[in-house]
Amino acid sequence: MSILDKHKKLERNSLLLLGCAILVVLVGGIIEIIPLFRKETTIEPVMNIRPYTPLELTGFNIYVREGCYLCHSQQIRPLRDEVARYGHYSLAAESMYDHPFQWGSKRTGPDLARVGGKYSDEWHVSHLKNPRDLVPESIMPTYSFLARNGADLRFIESSMRTLRMEGVPYTDEMLENAEKDALNQATGDERGNTDGLHERYKNVTARDFDGNSNLISEMDALVAYLQTLGTMVDFEAGKNVEDSAP
Amino acid sequence: MNTAPIIKPDYNDDIVKLFTLATVLWGIAGLAVGLLIALQMAFPALNIEPYLTFGRLRPLHTSAVIFAFGGNALFGTSYYVVQRTCGVRLWNDKLSLFTFFGYQFFILMAGLGYLFGITQGKEYAEPEWYADWWLTIVWVSYLLIFMMTLIKRKEPHIYVANWFYLSFIVTVAVLHLGNNIDIPICAVCAKSYPVFSGVQSAMIQWWYGHNAVGFFLTAGFLGMMYYFIPKQADRPVYSYRLSIVHFWSLIFIYIWAGPHHLHYTALPDWAQTLGMTFSIMLWMPSWGGMINGLMTLSGAWHKLREDPILRFMVIALAFYGMSTFEGPLLSIKSVNSLSHYTDWTIGHVHAGALGWNGFITFGALYYLVPRLWGRKQLYSLRLVNAHLWIATIGIVLYITAMWVSGIMQGLMWRSYDPMGFLQYSFIETVSAMHPFYIIRALGGVLYLSGALIMAYNFWRTIRGDVNLKEHAPQLQEAAI
Repeated sequence: MSILDKHKKLERNSLLLLGCAILVVLVGGIIEIIPLFRKETTIEPVMNIRPYTPLELTGFNIYVREGCYLCHSQQIRPLRDEVARYGHYSLAAESMYDHPFQWGSKRTGPDLARVGGKYSDEWHVSHLKNPRDLVPESIMPTYSFLARNGADLRFIESSMRTLRMEGVPYTDEMLENAEKDALNQATGDERGNTDGLHERYKNVTARDFDGNSNLISEMDALVAYLQTLGTMVDFEAGKNVEDSAP
Repeated sequence: MNTAPIIKPDYNDDIVKLFTLATVLWGIAGLAVGLLIALQMAFPALNIEPYLTFGRLRPLHTSAVIFAFGGNALFGTSYYVVQRTCGVRLWNDKLSLFTFFGYQFFILMAGLGYLFGITQGKEYAEPEWYADWWLTIVWVSYLLIFMMTLIKRKEPHIYVANWFYLSFIVTVAVLHLGNNIDIPICAVCAKSYPVFSGVQSAMIQWWYGHNAVGFFLTAGFLGMMYYFIPKQADRPVYSYRLSIVHFWSLIFIYIWAGPHHLHYTALPDWAQTLGMTFSIMLWMPSWGGMINGLMTLSGAWHKLREDPILRFMVIALAFYGMSTFEGPLLSIKSVNSLSHYTDWTIGHVHAGALGWNGFITFGALYYLVPRLWGRKQLYSLRLVNAHLWIATIGIVLYITAMWVSGIMQGLMWRSYDPMGFLQYSFIETVSAMHPFYIIRALGGVLYLSGALIMAYNFWRTIRGDVNLKEHAPQLQEAAI
């Protein structure tokens, strides 16, 4: 009963009640969140993870804008069937440059964490324009307007500058060449010069993603983003290390 | 529960009226959008690009039902309850009016933004930075009004409903600020990037997301429960001790449960295990609240026979008990490996949202409307009863459809054929869910119909109409 008597104090003092409620509520969050900022233990370093190119970042922005994460996850769990269906389970480092994370919470459609390179550009363009042309039972909305809309590159440099403030390692050179790199990635070597792009970003594919050479479209950007998903880590190279482990 | 003062203070009921009307309107809007996106999943042709696709409408639905419907209900009832239980008028009329218009402006700003693709891309925290700042101003005003009213109260004790309302207001402020730290890409750009990425971003998002459920949809609505159930049943709260124990344990434990949204992901294992452990512990304080509410009806159970409003409240508690049992179950890692990413989660959320949040709000609204507009009774109690049963059948259709489709899809994903290959392609699991998506939409039709019946009942009540057939059957017999 003594504790309950003491509770009367709280019931009679609104500021004390407010203060205690805040304290009680803060504990759990502090204990669970703060340790995660020791990145060396949270995110195991993995080779070859690089920030998105300007064109891929534009695609990432479209992915967020359209709410793709509401139906597609980007997080393969270390469960037998998921690894069989989608590939190697997701590593923390693979989403370290995603502001915010795109892990999702629902798989109305399949996981996309390793969709990069699984289908051709033509498949993606056609599927985004009308999913039911390729998968008759699909319930995904159509996104044909992406092919008609020009990709908005006006703010790509300031986007990258903002992300740099938040810890994404974009260099001055990357910022200066942001718009040019985007254009070159979406045209490819046939009509553009991708040397600088390849110097600045490792393992980039540069080509006309949407097959329409008259326009750098939102479709170009989104497909460029999708084609890079899950492709940065070389799991073959890691295999020897894993196999030789005791 | 409160010593009735002889002279009623001059309560500010105009502000409660505004929030009550907004609750009904946003409720219908939010349910209608929910029905539309449910139908889109059964009939994808209903997606109209670019503005009306599932991806843009889903945040509109969740924001409209949680923040517009639920939020207005919480504002309105908390302003009503805090005045009655403190025996004083709400502090600062002008500021409270600002919270009303400011909050509606926030909803419009956020909701219209979604249609144009303006979103932060975090579930239940989609509004962009400028809307976040605006909401912060409104919310701090709300906290100030609530605290000042508590401070100038005439009653010596702060009533238990107000503990819950207070913890809801202040925790939502903390969560909102913590999860919306972002930098706009330019001063006049709508687009911003959250400061945190990857694992940290995920943990902070679900610390926020789970506690939006815990504090917005649980603590706040328990505040509602602690006033309106004793009032409608005309009985004191069952146990004072249980209130204390379950209040402090609920707000302490809830905060830890976020990582159960991230089982088997790249989030460190220790955080997942902590999240699971606390989620299971959370079962007890949750049921503490349910028991305290249900047992308040001791000696008044017979009232359920003639009072459909009390029935709403009791069914709400039953759904609260059910979904707070299901929640800990789903948080167990091995169960979660099956349920996560499937419709089971959607079903679970709606058992809580439609059953608990919806029904306790409807009960409170039916209590409030005649009193606020000075009518002796509602236009029709039969319509209240019709609403009750239509909505209940709607919920049952909804959650059973989602249980079946969710568990079925989870099992199909992990099925192997005798050769050891995955048995089903992904699209086969999508096709298999089609019938359940139709049943779910039908449940939505029923639930929305119930809300429309309620709106009609309120319109007639506010106009001052009385259903003569119901309230004076003897008159009608004489007429025949």
